[in-house]
Amino acid sequence: MEESVERKIRILIAKPGLDGHDRGAKVIARGFRDAGFEVIYTGLHQTPEQIVAAAIQEDVDAIGLSSLAGAHDYLFPRVIELLKEKGADDIVVFGGGIVPEEDVPALTQAGVKGIFTPGTSIEEAVSWVRKNIKPRK
Amino acid sequence: MFKEDELKKIEGERKRWTEDLSKILSETPERLPRFTTVSDVDIKDLYTPVDIKELDYSRDAGFPGVYPFTRGVHPSMYRGRLWTMRMFSGLGGPEETNKRFHYLLSHGETGLSIAFHYPTLMGYDSDSPMARGEIGKCGVAIDTLKDMEILFEGIPLDKVTTSMTINPPASILLAMYIVLAEKQGVSKKEIGGTIQNDMLKEFIAQKTFMLPPKPSLRIIVDTIEYCTKEVPRWNTVSISGYHIREAGATAVQELAFTLADGIAYVEAAMERGLDVDDFAPRLSFFFDSHIDFFEEIAKFRAARRIWARIMRERFMAKNPRSWMLRFHTQTAGCSLTAQQPYNNVVRTAYEALAAVLGGTQSLHTNSLDETYAIPTEEAAAIALRTQHILAEETGAANTVDPLAGSYFVEALTGQVEEQAWEYIRKIDEMGGMVEAIERGFPQAEIADAAYKFQKQIDSGEKVVVGVNKYATEHPPITIWRMKPEIEERQLKRLREVKQRRNNQKVKGFLNQVRMASKNGENLMPHLTNAVREYASIQEICDVWRDIFGRYSDPGYF
Repeated sequence: MEESVERKIRILIAKPGLDGHDRGAKVIARGFRDAGFEVIYTGLHQTPEQIVAAAIQEDVDAIGLSSLAGAHDYLFPRVIELLKEKGADDIVVFGGGIVPEEDVPALTQAGVKGIFTPGTSIEEAVSWVRKNIKPRK
Repeated sequence: MFKEDELKKIEGERKRWTEDLSKILSETPERLPRFTTVSDVDIKDLYTPVDIKELDYSRDAGFPGVYPFTRGVHPSMYRGRLWTMRMFSGLGGPEETNKRFHYLLSHGETGLSIAFHYPTLMGYDSDSPMARGEIGKCGVAIDTLKDMEILFEGIPLDKVTTSMTINPPASILLAMYIVLAEKQGVSKKEIGGTIQNDMLKEFIAQKTFMLPPKPSLRIIVDTIEYCTKEVPRWNTVSISGYHIREAGATAVQELAFTLADGIAYVEAAMERGLDVDDFAPRLSFFFDSHIDFFEEIAKFRAARRIWARIMRERFMAKNPRSWMLRFHTQTAGCSLTAQQPYNNVVRTAYEALAAVLGGTQSLHTNSLDETYAIPTEEAAAIALRTQHILAEETGAANTVDPLAGSYFVEALTGQVEEQAWEYIRKIDEMGGMVEAIERGFPQAEIADAAYKFQKQIDSGEKVVVGVNKYATEHPPITIWRMKPEIEERQLKRLREVKQRRNNQKVKGFLNQVRMASKNGENLMPHLTNAVREYASIQEICDVWRDIFGRYSDPGYF
């Protein structure tokens, strides 16, 4: 019998680094859960290593990184670098938070697929996920 | 305040007025199905004396400087002395922040306020692997006393007061400030300032936590005990609601959770054996000033009235200064937008006005680029001028508590107070704030409120100008950027400090910190000794993490 229904998209919402601003990450996590995705939230103060390990262990399709303290330029590419090292770079990485427009090209170049800046609605983020993330094989 | 027959007459008139109004509304309905505050509290179309019929002027409003202080903590308020214009600042390394301090002081700020970068906030040095990518990004990098010396270059500590937004390592930064003053020839009896030092709200909202709640409280009580004797002009805790509000709480939650935290600190200090009247006068508070104008003013007035009652009736404080809720305010960062950033100047101005009409003792106004980066000098200057215009041009500071007696404001003050008391009672029933935090109660309330608010914005029910309404294009703005050379300089300095200091002495004093941590001795004298020899923040915090363990985020959402 053919399985024609795709399984739910699994997303890890993560807070890398020392940044403690978690309001947005939590709202997005809940919004994603209400939209029907499976969501795992790492909690605060995760190293890139911990995030990648969790992503692999939880077999997620994507990682959403949240940063509001300015360290996105180091932390987001670092997560992608580690995913590559572990052979898990088919996991899509997107981000959000306080990310100046001028920083986006470098992040895109590093492999961050989407950035959600202040003013993003839950619906926008959900639509983006539906469009850009598919369950990993 | 009103005679019974007068009230009956007004009630009658209102009935008729409402009937007449319904005819108009059937042709021109009201613009919205509900008129609500930003906290989603319903507001009536009109307020009359009937809405405040229980109000007793002397009991509920009274006079400024007199219990219950609804109208202000000081008899002359701003006619005697304006609120302190205290701009939260910190960027890059101590050199850059020192420059910003001088800039703001020369532009008329009247108090200093330090924003530290994340590694310092979390008890790490700039050379820690945990600090990678974070140095100087959202505040000033401070690792040792050497950095503080540079930070305060040209600033006499007997002429300024300084607020330090710092929590797990607050005692360490206080020790550094004391030693810095000492080096300037200023006695610790003379220095004035504040350390935020409010760990309970870290577990609830700001999340710069390090140690578990019990040892965190112990260190806080050590600072209260020490300052009560040795640093009498120092505000030992800045019991904060700002971060609770920024995390998504409503105005009532902000108020209630903050005061419940305050209750916990008073209880902890009294448990240590301290006399409430010895330490309570130096507890201070810190609130948000959000965009809903009247709700905020009501909140500030209710805050004073509630705390006065708690201190006098629950804790039996006798000294009137123990009953006074003195507070700093920051305008709401979370109300500002990245879209059309110049609108933020306007928002900040309204929020600043609310804080002043609410009787704040001290005020920080956010900059227009708040949602982008650390403020530029120009943006910070506009924010400061916002306060100057408010103080000198608007007349808001001409009379004390101008909105007292407003049917609306007094009704709202009473309503906010009543709802806050409900939360305080609930938390008391749980066994107090520490217990409530362990159960995840305030965290869940905040997460629910934040989610609800976002849904209301997404649906358009709540309008954010420039974001979900009037969303037109705007030109880009110039923002502040951290330079990589600053990071290199900081790391180099830390290496050199560690080489040049007397490492034997540092080791000895760190060991004394360790012993005092274990045997319950007051930590402050040992911290002072250690930082004087240039022990670093992380070196001390590592001792504490080792002994007391770490708190990790339970990750509720």
